[in-house]
Amino acid sequence: MQALRRKDILGLEEMSAEEITFILETARSMQEIIQRSIKKVPTLRGRPVLNLFYEPSTRTKASFELAQKYMSADSVSVAGTSSSLVKGETLKDTVRNVEVMGVECVIMRHPVSGSSHYLARNVEASVINAGDGMHEHPTQGLLDMLTIWEKKGRLEELKVVIVGDVRHSRVARSNIWGLKKMGAEVVLAGPPTLMPPDLGAFDVKAFTCIEEAVEKADVIMALRLQKERQESGLFPSLREYAELYGLTLKRVAPAKEDVLIMHPGPINRGIEISSELADGPGSVVLDQVTAGVAVRMALLYLLLGGTKE
Amino acid sequence: MQSLIIKGGRVIDPSQNLDDLADLLVSEGTIEALKKGLKQPEGAAVIEAEGMVIVPGLIDMHVHLRDPGQEYKEDIFSGSLAAAAGGFTAVTAMANTDPVGDDPSVIRYVRERAGQAAVRVYPVGAVTKELKGEEMAEMGRIKKAGAVAFSDDGRPLVNGTLMRNALQYSSGLDALLIVHEEDPSLAAGGVMHEGAVSSVLGLNGIPAEAEEAMITRDLLLLKLTGGRLHVAHLSTAGSVELIRKAREEGLAVTAEVTPHHLLLTDRIVKNSGYSTDTKVKPPLRSENDRQALWEGLFDGTIDAVATDHAPHHPDDKDREFDFAPFGIAGLEAALPLLLNEVSSGRSKKLTLSLLVEKLSTAPARILGVPGGTLRKGSPADITIIDPSKIFTVNPETWHSKSRNTPFGGRRLTGAPVYTIVGGKIVMKEGVVVGDELEK
Repeated sequence: MQALRRKDILGLEEMSAEEITFILETARSMQEIIQRSIKKVPTLRGRPVLNLFYEPSTRTKASFELAQKYMSADSVSVAGTSSSLVKGETLKDTVRNVEVMGVECVIMRHPVSGSSHYLARNVEASVINAGDGMHEHPTQGLLDMLTIWEKKGRLEELKVVIVGDVRHSRVARSNIWGLKKMGAEVVLAGPPTLMPPDLGAFDVKAFTCIEEAVEKADVIMALRLQKERQESGLFPSLREYAELYGLTLKRVAPAKEDVLIMHPGPINRGIEISSELADGPGSVVLDQVTAGVAVRMALLYLLLGGTKE
Repeated sequence: MQSLIIKGGRVIDPSQNLDDLADLLVSEGTIEALKKGLKQPEGAAVIEAEGMVIVPGLIDMHVHLRDPGQEYKEDIFSGSLAAAAGGFTAVTAMANTDPVGDDPSVIRYVRERAGQAAVRVYPVGAVTKELKGEEMAEMGRIKKAGAVAFSDDGRPLVNGTLMRNALQYSSGLDALLIVHEEDPSLAAGGVMHEGAVSSVLGLNGIPAEAEEAMITRDLLLLKLTGGRLHVAHLSTAGSVELIRKAREEGLAVTAEVTPHHLLLTDRIVKNSGYSTDTKVKPPLRSENDRQALWEGLFDGTIDAVATDHAPHHPDDKDREFDFAPFGIAGLEAALPLLLNEVSSGRSKKLTLSLLVEKLSTAPARILGVPGGTLRKGSPADITIIDPSKIFTVNPETWHSKSRNTPFGGRRLTGAPVYTIVGGKIVMKEGVVVGDELEK
């Protein structure tokens, strides 16, 4: 199998449909390993990998760590806090340490947009962006696409509606780029204050009426609503948000009958999405989680191990 | 002092409406004669300037020298060497130092240090104490100590009443107020221009309206109070239009633009992969804004070009985008960048004469400082330009302590070859004289 012809995975904006397809196909073969009773292959034995998480993360961090274990990579996880970034060791010094430790791949989550570009520019190791500020979260975008692909059998010509705080969402940005490249139609919905200030470059439509946006939708993706957004004055209250924009069975009724309901987690139940919907028959929230491990295994394999077999 | 004759160059002096071949004689630090076929006095030093352009010394009216307080970023001496290297014979020194230039003692300190500098350094005093925007600084005493203008630059004057009072009070001193126009609540958290690019990059934006709202307020206050207002670093099409209308109404307002706002747009933040050298206030705007700034420069709405030289130590800039400070260092790249625009013939309206007007004549007039002219009897502050010299922007060779430029590596046509201050050559062929001076 060929390797990916890039050193880093920083975002889906710069990726081609061919690359995305290749990654998703590789991830599907990884799904088989995850189904086994002994989930371990020796592919990345002795390959040092570093997980650098400057923001709290449960799902993404666990998913990367499991992927590394299944692939037999030698990995270390370092958790920092946002405040240590400002006061403590600079990313530059961290970078220098990474270099001398001989790490081959760094997975980083960081609260500042563009920080994975900074890291990638300064280290020889491959960098996988596990979420940089509001910019991109490419592995989430890929796992979402894998989930949709496995359920629907295709991505092209599907209508995918992303609902909620798109403005601050790296998940939304990665999904917009990825899905559009793969031929899906992407529609955004939510209060105008939570939309990016200028959608020109994305070439997508935004709606303020959820019912209108989800009409004949194949997929509805809810985004997590951060409480800080209300505090910064972008909408008046959580209860008003839930009442006007929260996803409920009734509100998504105009979508197709077999619509998939997705959420990157963690869920604020009763705010951006109701429990009946999040736990309902159309929900693929847990499939997203297993797809996440497969996608991350695929990326590690393609960046580190692809040529060695 | 040995006299100096500059022979055979093309002399461009907008203050005399002059663009012709002529010789220039300098003695005792002043301009002695300017005409064709001057007789060479015995013992005079000679600069053969055939093919060169002789212009009144350039004045950068917006410079941060960081001294006192942040000498690791720049100091008055290093900044003056950078100015000399860049073809500037005079610079201002903004008041956002530590301590702030809100007291006559700090102004006197700057003037004293300026005595050892390679170029003329004109201190700008603070409008408010500690730049807090709360209480007026002692503008009268600060002016007496030698401040040429007043500014809290780096910070906007948020309080409307304070701005009103400052304008009104400064009018009694015939003092110039230089303002950094930005509504801080609209700009809060922003690190680049708000638009399509910031939306893609996931960076918080600073809308054009943050600047325009503040300019609107201050133009209304200017009308109310009188006084002299100079708007620093215009960055948006709307700002240009506001100034244009105010000028038509006869308000005493002037404005400047930086080379980076004339030459770059927000796209470079993306194309450079979030390079912090593109992070500056006001932010690099859209192509439409950039075009409007050129138009404003051509039609006279924008009086001057100033660099807003904002030096930072490489460690300060070598960080994540949100954490890096704002600012671009401009002194050593500005003139070649602008000359390159002339030589590339981008616009018929952009002539060398216009450039000299914006970089020398106008700043001298606005600030009320000597220079900006080659008239007989004026101080011999002269910049000699080789319009066909190939120049590459290389921050590693800068005299400034900073390296923060988004123009590194650019190959340009046109550069200064001599900088002469008070008849003394302080830069020759890129070599700055003064390295031997004590730092």
